[in-house]
Amino acid sequence: MPSLLFNNPGYPLLSMLLCLPLAGAALAPFVRHQKSLRLFGLVVTVATLCSSIPLYTEFDRAFAGFQFAEHYSWLSVLGIDYVVGVDGISAVLVLLTTLLMPLCMLCSWREVQERLAEFIVVLLLMEAALIGVFISLNIVLFYVFWEGMLIPMYLLIAIWGGPRRDYASVKFFVYTFAGSIFLLFALIALYVATGTCNYPDLLSYRFNPRMQWLVFVCCAIACAVKTPLYPLHTWLPAAHVEAPTAGSVILAGVLLKMGGYGFLRFCIGLAPHAAQSAAPLMTAVALVAILIGGCLALGQDDLKRLIAYSSIAHMGFVVLGMFMVSVRGTQAGVLQMVNHGISTSALFICVGMLYERTHSRLLADNCALGSSMPRFVTLFTLAACSSFGFPGTNGFIGEFLVIIAAFEKNIVLGACAVCGVLVAAAYMLRAVQKIIWADRPGNHQHGAAIHKVLSDINIREVFVLAVLAGGIVLIGFRPSVVLDMTSASVTMLVQRLSG
Amino acid sequence: MAVSLVHSPALLLPVALPLATAALTLALRRNEPLRDSIPVIGSLLTLLSVLTLLPTVQDGTILCFTVCTLYPGIAVRLCLDGMGLLFAATASLLWVAASVYCIGYLKTLQEHAQTRFYVCYTIALAGGLGAACAGNLFTLYLCYEVVTIVTYPLVIHHQDTAAYQSGRKYLVYLMGSSKMFLLAALALMYRLCGTLDMNLHDIVHGIFPATAQRGLVSVAYLLCLFGFAKAAIMPLHSWLPAAMVAPTPVSALLHAVVVVKVGVFSICRVMLNVFGTDLLMYLNLGTLTAGFVSLTVIGASLIALIKTDLKARLAYSTISQLSTIVLGVSMLGHAGITGGLMHIAHHAFAKISLFFCAGAVIAGTGITDITHMAGIGRRMPITMAAFGIASLSMIGIPPVGGFVSKWYLASAALDLHSILLLGVILVSSLLNAAYFGEVFITAFFKGGTESSEHKGTCEHAPLMRCMVVPSAVTALLSVAAGMYPDLILSLLRTRL
Repeated sequence: MPSLLFNNPGYPLLSMLLCLPLAGAALAPFVRHQKSLRLFGLVVTVATLCSSIPLYTEFDRAFAGFQFAEHYSWLSVLGIDYVVGVDGISAVLVLLTTLLMPLCMLCSWREVQERLAEFIVVLLLMEAALIGVFISLNIVLFYVFWEGMLIPMYLLIAIWGGPRRDYASVKFFVYTFAGSIFLLFALIALYVATGTCNYPDLLSYRFNPRMQWLVFVCCAIACAVKTPLYPLHTWLPAAHVEAPTAGSVILAGVLLKMGGYGFLRFCIGLAPHAAQSAAPLMTAVALVAILIGGCLALGQDDLKRLIAYSSIAHMGFVVLGMFMVSVRGTQAGVLQMVNHGISTSALFICVGMLYERTHSRLLADNCALGSSMPRFVTLFTLAACSSFGFPGTNGFIGEFLVIIAAFEKNIVLGACAVCGVLVAAAYMLRAVQKIIWADRPGNHQHGAAIHKVLSDINIREVFVLAVLAGGIVLIGFRPSVVLDMTSASVTMLVQRLSG
Repeated sequence: MAVSLVHSPALLLPVALPLATAALTLALRRNEPLRDSIPVIGSLLTLLSVLTLLPTVQDGTILCFTVCTLYPGIAVRLCLDGMGLLFAATASLLWVAASVYCIGYLKTLQEHAQTRFYVCYTIALAGGLGAACAGNLFTLYLCYEVVTIVTYPLVIHHQDTAAYQSGRKYLVYLMGSSKMFLLAALALMYRLCGTLDMNLHDIVHGIFPATAQRGLVSVAYLLCLFGFAKAAIMPLHSWLPAAMVAPTPVSALLHAVVVVKVGVFSICRVMLNVFGTDLLMYLNLGTLTAGFVSLTVIGASLIALIKTDLKARLAYSTISQLSTIVLGVSMLGHAGITGGLMHIAHHAFAKISLFFCAGAVIAGTGITDITHMAGIGRRMPITMAAFGIASLSMIGIPPVGGFVSKWYLASAALDLHSILLLGVILVSSLLNAAYFGEVFITAFFKGGTESSEHKGTCEHAPLMRCMVVPSAVTALLSVAAGMYPDLILSLLRTRL
């Protein structure tokens, strides 16, 4: 279906985005000194970020199909072509990826000292794989990137991780790989049924109900592990706790979004009728994720675990929005993916900064920092406010639109979603309160004594957090920067659902 | 009266000036005298910026300015009408007094973290003024939440066990209710109306389409009533007495004027400009609200009677008076709404004086309990005289401000032929007289010569003057408001 594909700038922008980090990864081992290695990684990721800017400026917001498209024949016999392109949904996720990667480089500046060259290579490979996932329009190519991303993430946790890194990395790998098997099964079934692997061609087929259910169930399992939805979430807290800061940022910021993206592309896009019928079940699952994720976060003493469980709740909001079967709900789901990417990354970076100073992630060891680290606590509070949906931050408008969509569907559903926001406020404010003040005077003096020597965050760290804080406030007051981009594609997707 | 909407960027000033003041205070934190004077200057400029808008608004014009649009029907939009201006002018006028008072109080008691105190204090004021100027429900909610979060550091200012416990209560009540009820109410209203804009043209029609389900409208209303927990309607009131652990300037300006009035003002706004009197009357929600808040009016006054801590007694008095305001508006008649809304200003003038006096007593003598206050009237005559005048306003004795609003409230109850509501208003006045009278009598007529080891007054110290003068000025404001009620009435007339 050529009408779905369109290349606006006339040069292969997406291939460039894919190749830049790959080339960087190939060259990184030849860079000698530690300092130049770090600079090299930063330059490559910033270059990728700069080259992704046309994706925002040149993007045709009225066009619902795939833009910046490139189509080269490859293994035509097997239906495997090199087809890349983005619609509004994938474009914002690519931009989120290219924005977060330089920040990952910056936040690992002091943290990672060993095997630096390998670290840079792994991060750059990761960036390429993530961009690949979002731009691939051929399901085989997509699957290659989807699985390929596992390896750098596994290495990140297994080499640069914490004390229980072996357990966490294997658990991560087993869970996501097991989920992906189902995806592979669905993709093969799609190929067998249609004889093509190109996603735009697949969109033109109307599958029979059995086929739709097969695709839906298989893809939903794979995406539910990635997102992750309760009860398939247990790999996430373990992986977050052990991963280095950059790993956590990528994991929360982009990797989880692959789950949400998969839901939209495959479950809703290719199996609309099955998705329509399964929507009540998926909403229930999402609500369980919101409430249980929130309640689990309430009881955490480890900051990274707390944020990991809050991620589960937030991604529950994403899935809830997507399965409201309305333009508003799906739009809100996509917006919430971006919001979560920004605010949770900021929170993980904050925890990383604390860990560098106090060598502990426990709330009890990181309390009463307000007087010694004022710059830090200000930015941390902003990120936390975004996380619990304070008005004026990006988290508010995303969650609010999801809640409106839920109320439009069913009052009880809306009421349950509101409870999720309430719980979020409870665990986030508890963390903020303890980090700034501590809640017992004895604790406060103890904290003050320990933290007297702590230095506030430096310019590099302020810059990293300020970029994300800018995103939080910008989207908080002008969500149209995201919503305008996704609107046409989401409308088309929802029309498929109801049509 | 014909209402015209005029686009006016000048509306940004009342919100932007306090924010700029806060930023400047933070920037100049190393230079203490300069830092302390910035809020005074900032408050004067803010007051000026509000007063320059007064003539336009008095003509019946509504000033509007849209800052940005988030989503169709959800925008950051400032609009100022008579009702908003009344609240904005009250808050900014009293801020001038409070900023002078702060210097005296913080210096006398040598409070720690003064920069943090000033910055949060000023941002809370910006939030309050923003709520006064809010042109739609989203802006109102935004400002409401900003006020909640920036007043938390002020409540836990002393950072001891009591402060942290009260702070937790404060957040649980205010944040919990706004997330639980208010957020749901906003989403429900957006679902029913497709917008969060208010109908500022009149107070009769509201924004709900005729087709909206009546049951859901009632649910949305009740969610709003409980969601704005800053109005301290029982049973969501106990955060307010807990918040009295804060330094007295906080109790005075924030927990008697800005914070609580943001709650009451929001409820009034929602009743008049979102639901409209027609709909509330049709659904009998006005009567329901009046009956419900009457319980708070009487109940809180009774509790105030048995409190011997002066600030706690004032806090319960505030709870009772806030519900009186809501009671007036929920009678839905001309007189009731006028009386209720003007009581926002009258209560503010009086209650801030009462707190200023309580703070001056604490700073001057360290006494917090009423039973220890025997003879204090002789040591702090001006302070306690101001206290007496403000008490008269609370009780509703002419010619002080409270009398005018109570007069309107009583006549509204008569309009409704409701002996019960009239009884509530009169009994609450009687209870006011009982608990304020006790303080006054103890201060001036008890104790006699036992306290003769303290000779003379303690009001002459320069820092004490910073506290005594604002108390006297605000008490005189109460008298002025009672003798010249026309200014406030003219503002409210534009709305009715």
